Amino acid sequence: MRLKFRLNGRPVEVEVPPGRRLLDLLREDLGLIGTKEGCGEGECGACTVLVDGKPRLSCLTLALQVEGKDVLTVEGLAQGGKLHPLQEALVETAGVQCGFCTPGFLMAAYALLLENPNPTREEVRAWLSGNLCRCTGYEQIVDAVLLAARRLREEKGAES
Amino acid sequence: MRLRPIPAVKPRSLEEALRYLEEGGRPLAGGTDLLVAIRKGQEKPELLVYVGELPELRILREGPEGLEIGAALTHAELLVHPATERFPILRAVLRTIGSPAIRAMGTLGGNLVTASPAGDSLVALSLLEARVRLVGPRGERELPIPEFLVGPRKTALERGELVRSVFLPYPEGHPRSFFRKVGRRRALIIAVASLGALVWVRDGRVERARLALGSVAPTVLRPRDVEEALVGRPLAPEAWEDLVPVLSAATQPISDLRATAEYRRKVAGRLLLALAEALQAGP
Ligand SMILES: Cc1cc2nc3c(=O)[nH]c(=O)nc-3n(C[C@H](O)[C@H](O)[C@H](O)COP(=O)(O)OP(=O)(O)OC[C@H]3O[C@@H](n4cnc5c(N)ncnc54)[C@H](O)[C@@H]3O)c2cc1C
Ligand code: FES
Ligand code: FES
Repeated sequence: MRLKFRLNGRPVEVEVPPGRRLLDLLREDLGLIGTKEGCGEGECGACTVLVDGKPRLSCLTLALQVEGKDVLTVEGLAQGGKLHPLQEALVETAGVQCGFCTPGFLMAAYALLLENPNPTREEVRAWLSGNLCRCTGYEQIVDAVLLAARRLREEKGAES
Repeated sequence: MRLRPIPAVKPRSLEEALRYLEEGGRPLAGGTDLLVAIRKGQEKPELLVYVGELPELRILREGPEGLEIGAALTHAELLVHPATERFPILRAVLRTIGSPAIRAMGTLGGNLVTASPAGDSLVALSLLEARVRLVGPRGERELPIPEFLVGPRKTALERGELVRSVFLPYPEGHPRSFFRKVGRRRALIIAVASLGALVWVRDGRVERARLALGSVAPTVLRPRDVEEALVGRPLAPEAWEDLVPVLSAATQPISDLRATAEYRRKVAGRLLLALAEALQAGP
């Protein structure tokens, strides 16, 4: 099919089998290899992207399911060469070790902050429950999300 | 293992979708069950028919008697929509499904048609005595939940048919809602056993109760004898103890990787006392 959608803010048009996984479309056809494949079965969250602002597992999404939609991947987080506050915070709290799970955590956390800019620690933990990390033990990641949330709120407060 | 692209279509209308289904297509909504099963080699459909965005399957209609929920609405959508406020039991159940991404993808229709013994929404739909509205080549029909769920992973859905919506009658009065799921991992828990209940309370006693158990029988189970025996009892676990073995005996659990039958039976009994405790603690 001729698939049209928006990817990281830009319109994209590609020829793709409608039953191709979004994960393969992103990584292999479009060269966006930030999105990772862990389990391929919905259990690890490494492949999380946002579709119309909601978290989605790209390993369980077919190309035709994003027709006309707005897809955001980890490559779309940094703006103008500057890391997103979530990315900065993850570096600061040592929430990244091998980094394999990081894009998935970033996208899930980004979706959380869209919905709830001021989450509690417990809410962050519960929200990230679908993302697995073999290295960090999660607390640093939760710290990073809380730190980024605070900075984003302060930024917003300063603007208005 | 790579998932080879399976032929898939996105019909623009319900009629077009039904035509594909008649030719042997398989409905796909959120994909959180079906695409996993395909990857594991448990399912080999020849054509996937994406029904997740058909407007007919995405309605949410509040009528005088109840709420009609389109099959393709996602768990996350149902959790935040004001129309589901009148069904706290539905929300209590949907909140426990998977992770945020799974809830944003998975649909009520998909959960229903998968008909897993551990399907969480089935507990709420059974308690609410929901009716399933089907549409197919020979028109529409409506089935109550017990007739729709004919066994583990088996439904009354015929070839060429789609679940169009689920109708939830408003319960009379204001029953208290309870749902508890016991599993092995906090997130993404597939229940080892779960108990949901609607309990009408009057003057500190059970006036009427509906119970539904998940994961302890081929399909969701309503233990009618326990429901009846609860009528008139005070809201105190001590006064329910004798029903624990009755409830355990009503279950027909299996042993699998997640738990033994014996353990499931025990957990089900314990959950009854947890319900009594929750009722005693107050709304
Ligand atoms: C990591 C993970 C965690 C999960 N956790 C839970 C959990 O906690 N509790 C739980 O209950 N489930 C859980 N699930 C299972 C699954 O997410 C749910 O059952 C979900 O509701 C399925 O909906 P879907 O739209 O994704 O279904 P799909 O995968 O699209 O379809 C499932 C089945 O329904 C059929 N179908 C779909 N829509 C229709 C329709 N309108 N008419 C006729 N047939 C239709 C399909 O042909 C297929 O057979 C989990 C799954 C994963 C991968
Ligand atoms: S790769 Fe998609 S959830 Fe693990
Ligand atoms: S940093 Fe290695 S898996 Fe999370």
